[in-house]
Amino acid sequence: MARVVVDVMLKPEILDAQGQAVQRALPRLGFDGVVGVRQGKRFEVELDGPADEAALERVRAMAETLLANTVIEEFTVKAEV
Amino acid sequence: MSSSTSQRFTVDTVETAAATPDTEQPFTALGVKDDEYARIREILGRRPTSCELAMYSVMWSEHCSYKSSRVHLRQFGEKAPETDFLLVGPGENAGVVDVGGDLAVTFKIESHNHPSYVEPYQGAATGVGGIVRDILTMGARPIAVLDPLRFGPADAHDTHRVLPGVVGGIGGYGNSLGLPNIGGEIVFDPCYAGNPLVNALAVGVLRKSEIKLAQAHGSGNHVVLFGARTGGDGIGGASVLASATFDDGKPSKRPSVQVGDPFMEKVLIECCLEIFAEDLVVGIQDLGAAGLSCATTELAAAGLQTKGVGGMDVQLDLAPLRDASLAPEEILMSESQERMMAVVAPATLPRFREICEKWDVTATVIGAVTDTGRLRMTWHGANIVDVDPRTLAHQGPVYERPYHRPAWQDALQADTPDRLARPKTGDELRETVLRMVASPNLADKTWVVEQYDHRVRGNTVLAHGEDSGMLRLDEASGLGIALATDGNGRYTKLDPYHGAQLALAEAYRNVAATGARPLAVTDCLNFGSPEDPEVMWQFAEATRGLADGCLILGTPVTGGNVSFYNQTGESAIHPTPIVGVLGVIDDVTRRTRCAFAAEGETLLLLGETRDEFGGSEWAHVEHAHLGGLPPRVDLERERLLAEILIAGSRDGLLSAAHDLSDGGLIQAVVESALRGGHGVRLVLPEGLDSFVALFSESAGRAVVAVPRGEEQRFTELCGARGLPCARIGVVDGDAVEVEGEFAIPLTELRAAHTGTFPGLFGQ
Amino acid sequence: MAARIGVVTFPGTQDDQDALRAVARAGAQPVPLWHRDPALHAVDAVILPGGFSYGDYLRAGAIARFSPVMQAVIAGAADGLPVLGICNGFQVLCESHLLPGALLRNGGMHFVNRDVKLRVESAATRWTAHYEPGQEIVIPIKNVDGRYTAAERTLDELEAEGRVVARYLQNPNGSARDIAGIANAQGNVVGLMPHPEHAIDELTGPYPGPATDGLPFFTSILKQLVDA
Repeated sequence: MARVVVDVMLKPEILDAQGQAVQRALPRLGFDGVVGVRQGKRFEVELDGPADEAALERVRAMAETLLANTVIEEFTVKAEV
Repeated sequence: MSSSTSQRFTVDTVETAAATPDTEQPFTALGVKDDEYARIREILGRRPTSCELAMYSVMWSEHCSYKSSRVHLRQFGEKAPETDFLLVGPGENAGVVDVGGDLAVTFKIESHNHPSYVEPYQGAATGVGGIVRDILTMGARPIAVLDPLRFGPADAHDTHRVLPGVVGGIGGYGNSLGLPNIGGEIVFDPCYAGNPLVNALAVGVLRKSEIKLAQAHGSGNHVVLFGARTGGDGIGGASVLASATFDDGKPSKRPSVQVGDPFMEKVLIECCLEIFAEDLVVGIQDLGAAGLSCATTELAAAGLQTKGVGGMDVQLDLAPLRDASLAPEEILMSESQERMMAVVAPATLPRFREICEKWDVTATVIGAVTDTGRLRMTWHGANIVDVDPRTLAHQGPVYERPYHRPAWQDALQADTPDRLARPKTGDELRETVLRMVASPNLADKTWVVEQYDHRVRGNTVLAHGEDSGMLRLDEASGLGIALATDGNGRYTKLDPYHGAQLALAEAYRNVAATGARPLAVTDCLNFGSPEDPEVMWQFAEATRGLADGCLILGTPVTGGNVSFYNQTGESAIHPTPIVGVLGVIDDVTRRTRCAFAAEGETLLLLGETRDEFGGSEWAHVEHAHLGGLPPRVDLERERLLAEILIAGSRDGLLSAAHDLSDGGLIQAVVESALRGGHGVRLVLPEGLDSFVALFSESAGRAVVAVPRGEEQRFTELCGARGLPCARIGVVDGDAVEVEGEFAIPLTELRAAHTGTFPGLFGQ
Repeated sequence: MAARIGVVTFPGTQDDQDALRAVARAGAQPVPLWHRDPALHAVDAVILPGGFSYGDYLRAGAIARFSPVMQAVIAGAADGLPVLGICNGFQVLCESHLLPGALLRNGGMHFVNRDVKLRVESAATRWTAHYEPGQEIVIPIKNVDGRYTAAERTLDELEAEGRVVARYLQNPNGSARDIAGIANAQGNVVGLMPHPEHAIDELTGPYPGPATDGLPFFTSILKQLVDA
């Protein structure tokens, strides 16, 4: 059993309305000094085998196909230890 | 896996319970009173097992048993008007009324007040989900929702947490179900700070022959649990939510939040409707408050009650879980959403399963109907429940709570608004109008209702901004229904009996104003603690008023909900009965809108205007005053007004109609003028003070626009029936002008009226 | 024989009944299509209606793209099958790469249900032939993920090739270049955020109106199919 984490974020050039809404809310709550907030998604993919390079490649394919929309999003894949 | 899971719990079996009578049980923490616990022991002839105790605690809670309200609610049956259209009355999941042809309509209102204060988005969302499942359970396709809401002051910090969450939750869940949201109200008052009211009304349509009931009969039939898996949502919520106030400082009383999955519910609705269409269930029940405890006992008890024979065996360990660590007591109390229970004959089970598979809905046989008269449950072979289900479902405690008229009631009624300074000059009246139309309760609510889908399903004829929501049921004939909800906490505080009748009268009038014939009522009775004799008096008076009113208007109460304990510390909310009225219209193309849409039409004021400002919006906005008596109620007059409005709509005599209520004549005129984009010139009736004419909230009134050519016919109709009818002006220009007093351009009115919500809650 | 226009139902689709009604109102034969069924049942055109397919839980339209029916729609679109994606259907078309770009959360963050004014920019698609170029119409929007976005280069291409089908006169959600709908290069695939199927009837359409400005989307395709 291994867990692979896929983080999906909007590409930097895409307006992140949700992140901006959070950023606007923070100073109202007294949290100053925040110059940017971006919101993304984290997927925890549980595998039945080890998180070897082949498995990571498979998860990258998953991310490419379904988890992320590469038109607007980018992703990173890493094995969790 | 499952065997190791079962070993994690020391299961309290029926045999253990019989052998260990002296084991101390935490019944007090579950909200069970000493005498109630003694009765449970008497019923069982032993102490309850821990699972049985869990079931009794939730089934005998205020929320499920109506133990404090039942003696008063009986009046709705005892005083019910004689009708031939009521197919299912109170007591089932929702009432069903015959609307003509082979169609029937089922509708009901419920509260989700406390959960919506704790977690506004999920509380409101699961409130919609729960009432929609009640409608579905009757065998109906849900076709619309309405949401009457009450919040603390519009500018209060906490309101800015609660309102956007509640509105988001209602929209997020309802829109994802594909259900149009066609009405409701939003009212702010300091009394609701800390106790917002989030009521939800759902309506569904079905063929008369297809009504489904929550009954388990036919020994050997399967008991099927389907829909979402069971998790730890809202465990103990049913009793704890409805019986605890938030200031008692016991974290254990804090409910755990239920989280809704509208996608699952949407799929479940379509799946159930296919199952119903093929007549594959003997009985069906949704899982709401008290979850599996409630569904199993109600199905089994109803089967026994109606057939005289029945019973149910359940293998609780077969219930599919989202969280494998749940104990059987927790499974029984879980309020996980989007679950249903059906009784299915063996011959139809394969087809039932096929339809569930089509919709990717998990369906699990967890038990069977028996003829033992008992509800028995096992957990990995151990007997954990063995009860007569009727003792849980129907034989709960009934309280005759003491009540008395509050000592302060006389002083409150004596403190009339007569002493309040009134605007006198034209300029003062003008400024008052602008402040009133911009005040949160009277301001335009587009900011909120734009977040709701009112169009989906394509049958919405009228929605927000009109006097009632209206839906087309039959495209060929034009048959339709109208629904309105109303309730005025201030009026009810001043006089609970007449306040409840005023809520009924307003909803009734709103339905009639659109041209529909009011037929039946559902009510959500929101009150403080029933343990407070003064609150209990308010409740007793309000239910008596409502029952008497429904008898006079010929509109039976078909079902509803009681929400007690809406209070913070010693201070209860204003007693707030919300009344929903359902009407029927033979041809929706005849409906009447409230907009003044054509220049040159005559404006007529129907009904009598008196100097009535007790509990008025004017006293509230301009003086923060609440005292005196609410407007006089004349239900015979309401009936007559409704008949005229319906006849005017049917015969094409009216081009617009708008009921007069909060804010009085001027508020109604401004709304109709802005909606239609046409100004008006008003000439107020002789002998009536301008301020009274414009702002009084006398009941039994409406303003109508009549095409020139129909004016005589319509006024003769009113004259013949004895309904006061006064010509008060004409649709004309681009300002609201009151002759001799003031004129306000529509642009200025629109800015004032529509600017409030975006200003308060953001663009 | 009347033209057959298919309307796909995914689990979570909401406006399928409305699209079927609009098709019938235009005079075509409505054909319900099911997401698991890869057969298109000899339809002459396909509508992907609004709603929240599969709950829109991953991204709007992301899971619907992989359904069996979409494999057939994608293949058909390449051969010229007319396809109209409305709201969630537009999102599915973008996820399927039948149309460029993507739909993101509205600028105001909320679900917005509003009658909006549009300008029809192109009458050269299979679905808009009955409009005049430049015609201003009123159609409702109702969505939470309605903000059209694409790379600048793609937007320039859409403009240059006349593939912007409709634009908002008052942008309700922050869509790039006020875009409300676009077409593919061949003009057979159109994605539209507003809901023309909710503007086909005086009784239920936008108030105070005009109430039936959406109908030409459905009559356009019918005319073309009959003429073909």
